[in-house]
Amino acid sequence: MEFRTEKKRSERMKRNDNGILLRTDQLTKSFGGLTAVCRLNLRVHRGEISCLIGPNGAGKTTVFNVVTGIYRPDGGDVLFNGESISGKKPHQIVSKGIARTFQNIRLFSNMTCLENIMAGQHCRASAGVWSSVFGTSRQKEEEKRIRDVAESRLRLVGLWKFKDEPAKNIAYGSQRMLEIARALATQPKLLVLDEPSSGLNDRETEDLIDFLKSVLKEDLTIFIIEHDMKVVMEISDWVTVMDEGRKIAEGTPEEIYNNPVVIEAYLGKEEFSEEEGSYDGPAPC
Amino acid sequence: MEDKKTEESGRIPGSRKNAVFGIVILFAVFPFIAGDYYVDIGFFFGIYALLGLSLNIVLGEVGLFDLGHAGFYAIGAYTTAILNTQFGIPILVLLPVSALAASLFAYVVCSPIIHLKGDYLCIVTIGMGEIVRLALINNPFDLTGGPNGVFGIDFPSLGGLLVIDSSIEFYFLIWIVVALSIIGLLQLQQSRIGRAWNCIREDEVAAEANGIDVRSFKLLAFVLGAGLAGVAGNIYASKLMCVSPESFTFWESCLLFSIILIGGMGSIPGVLIGAAAISLFPEIFRPFAMFRMLVFGAVMILMMMFRPAGILPRKRGGMGFRPDHGNPVDDK
Amino acid sequence: MHVVLEQIINGLTIGSFYALIALGYSMVYGVLKLINFAHGDFFALGSYMGYTLLVFGTAFLTSHLGLWGGMIAAMVTAAICLALIGILVERIAYRPIYPAGRLPAVVSALGASIILQNLIMVVWGPRYRAYPAALIPNIQMQVWGIHFTLLQLVILTLSFILMGFLYYTIQKTTFGAAVRASALDRDTAALMGIDFNKVIFFIFTLGPALGAMTGVMVGMYYRQISFIMGWNYGLKAFTATILGGIGNLPGAMFGGLILGVLEMMGAAYLSAAWKDVFVFLILILVLIFRPTGLFGEKTAEKV
Repeated sequence: MEFRTEKKRSERMKRNDNGILLRTDQLTKSFGGLTAVCRLNLRVHRGEISCLIGPNGAGKTTVFNVVTGIYRPDGGDVLFNGESISGKKPHQIVSKGIARTFQNIRLFSNMTCLENIMAGQHCRASAGVWSSVFGTSRQKEEEKRIRDVAESRLRLVGLWKFKDEPAKNIAYGSQRMLEIARALATQPKLLVLDEPSSGLNDRETEDLIDFLKSVLKEDLTIFIIEHDMKVVMEISDWVTVMDEGRKIAEGTPEEIYNNPVVIEAYLGKEEFSEEEGSYDGPAPC
Repeated sequence: MEDKKTEESGRIPGSRKNAVFGIVILFAVFPFIAGDYYVDIGFFFGIYALLGLSLNIVLGEVGLFDLGHAGFYAIGAYTTAILNTQFGIPILVLLPVSALAASLFAYVVCSPIIHLKGDYLCIVTIGMGEIVRLALINNPFDLTGGPNGVFGIDFPSLGGLLVIDSSIEFYFLIWIVVALSIIGLLQLQQSRIGRAWNCIREDEVAAEANGIDVRSFKLLAFVLGAGLAGVAGNIYASKLMCVSPESFTFWESCLLFSIILIGGMGSIPGVLIGAAAISLFPEIFRPFAMFRMLVFGAVMILMMMFRPAGILPRKRGGMGFRPDHGNPVDDK
Repeated sequence: MHVVLEQIINGLTIGSFYALIALGYSMVYGVLKLINFAHGDFFALGSYMGYTLLVFGTAFLTSHLGLWGGMIAAMVTAAICLALIGILVERIAYRPIYPAGRLPAVVSALGASIILQNLIMVVWGPRYRAYPAALIPNIQMQVWGIHFTLLQLVILTLSFILMGFLYYTIQKTTFGAAVRASALDRDTAALMGIDFNKVIFFIFTLGPALGAMTGVMVGMYYRQISFIMGWNYGLKAFTATILGGIGNLPGAMFGGLILGVLEMMGAAYLSAAWKDVFVFLILILVLIFRPTGLFGEKTAEKV
């Protein structure tokens, strides 16, 4: 297993409260009788790739949906850059700098690839009805800027050749990259990806990993749900593990890889619980 | 009409430029060679084109099922009728007033219902349209004249200089308004706003997750659509010199809905084709008298069988609709 | 107090009409996600067929079967005719259009509605038709000081039997389970071996048949029928469907009954002229605060 270790030591020094970009505080979300997320405390550090892992039904996607405003939390708080964003609408959260992709790709399928990415620039533009109807010079400039940014993003993910193709016509792997490019077009501080490697073949996954590493700059932080352990270990600086709505472990990839509680959650607990005695399943919420 | 030609030439490729130019000339020359009867048909074609354009914003661009659009049309027509007959305000002054009244009405009525999806929004708009019509029949505060409506509406005039009272003048009035609307709407289609609308039509959740304020943009579509319908109401009222509730039935809303679907969702040339079909069809089939509506219904079904995306669908987009599963909060 | 109870009985009578029509909308919507605009016209057509049967079969029906027998015979015959027409309309106007998606199907339904409505106008004429008073039982009744007609009692009983029958079929029989399964997830239902065509056949025969029976009952209750009544009743019934939660059959029944009672109460105690406004306002309010209808389940959005 390959770990992402190059900047581990220096990063760990920086992992103090000032370096936290996103934090959830006692976050709780339930659906009917089911508590999907229970008193979750989670941290995402600035400039890093953080992974959220856990068995199916652990509540990972729910966390993402609460963070991006699609669900309203039942309890607790989400702090982005020290500011509470819980209860805000998704589009407000996007303009604050969190962009996301979906587990099942959600593109604007009848619009062209370029238009899809231009849509991502929506919240960074301001032209209103009248300036659009009359085509004022400011609106024209803004439109040109939107197009320029969108074109550069499209080249960045290598989909320039499909710019006038409806998004539904391109291959699955390309659609995934297009969705990421669209999220990047919102000029986010935090990019939230829900299982970006699912449905991709090995080569595409490799390309995705390289791409994510390449866009990771000081002003961009990435937060990923991922199932593929190989990907998780390779790209993460920090891993949070969830099971049944709770956080059961967090740490660097090596720490997580060797954590018995995590192994237990993934493989079942009979063989471990007696010897380790460290984790007896989640307490009722 | 001249504006339309020059504006569009900037965007439309050469081959289509000539076609647009030809159509504009045709529309401009038509009333001088045709009799008044046909010019009046041309006028109603214009009214339906304007109404189609207004519904196209809501239904075609944003994909919101609005089967109560006649309600906005009625608000525009009655605003003009009442303010003109009671206070003698000139029709042309009332043109923007009617648009504003219909827009304001749409804003107030749609704000609480805008979160509803698909068929649920559809049924609420039906209810809204029916409430407007029933309220007009019931003659609140003695303003609407009950089932008989309001009579004696003036012709539009420019301070006594020009009185629009002949068929030809009305024809040009409506088609100039339609042409200006088309120019404006083409601009909107190419803008951030048009894109946001289309995104909402394609996938509402993804639109919201990409920073589009779905609620506001849906409301904006209703407000603009209602405004244009209000303009149509104003011109209609002054042409007929009277308005009555039976012009604004659920049936009328259904006709407008068919304009969009016959022409092609979100397609402006499609709206013109659809409006032509709706307004010319009954005339062409007049010899069949009683049977013409039977034929009309059959044509609607056949259309959907052989050309479900409409006659002239928008170039880039197809229908833009996926099967929807009746759940008001989740239609995916 | 008596007046209130009488109003409630009147309301329930109208409500049972709405409920029976609403069942047709709800079944089609549940399975096909299609607003079947033609359904109101099935109802109207049924009413006209009942009229023709009663008027032209006068001597035969009443002499052989009696007043009540004639009424039942008219209802059953109208129901059978409409079941046939229903399945015909589905084959011609809807089936070829399903692959194109939902909106084209809605337009096609509008087209079918226009055809049926104008067909009625062409065949029976644009003027009102009156059910012959002599052929309709008119017996006034009084229980504990509450006045109502025997016809009302019969209509209510019959409606509840029909609703009970449909409820039983859908909720308790294997075939009903197939219909419900198709409504939930058509593809999975097909994988479980459910013949979707049979389900469609079922909903497009039973829905129009119920509509036709309602049409005959409405004709007898109000005496007057017109070719546009399909729109009016259809709109109300569709409102009832939404009120109860679309696709939810018990919801549609209760929605219809509630709507009828509300309408009567609105007419009696607020204003007769504004009763329909009142009905639509309630519909809108219900949808604002309970978008899934009074009996619909709340569902979370799946992302």
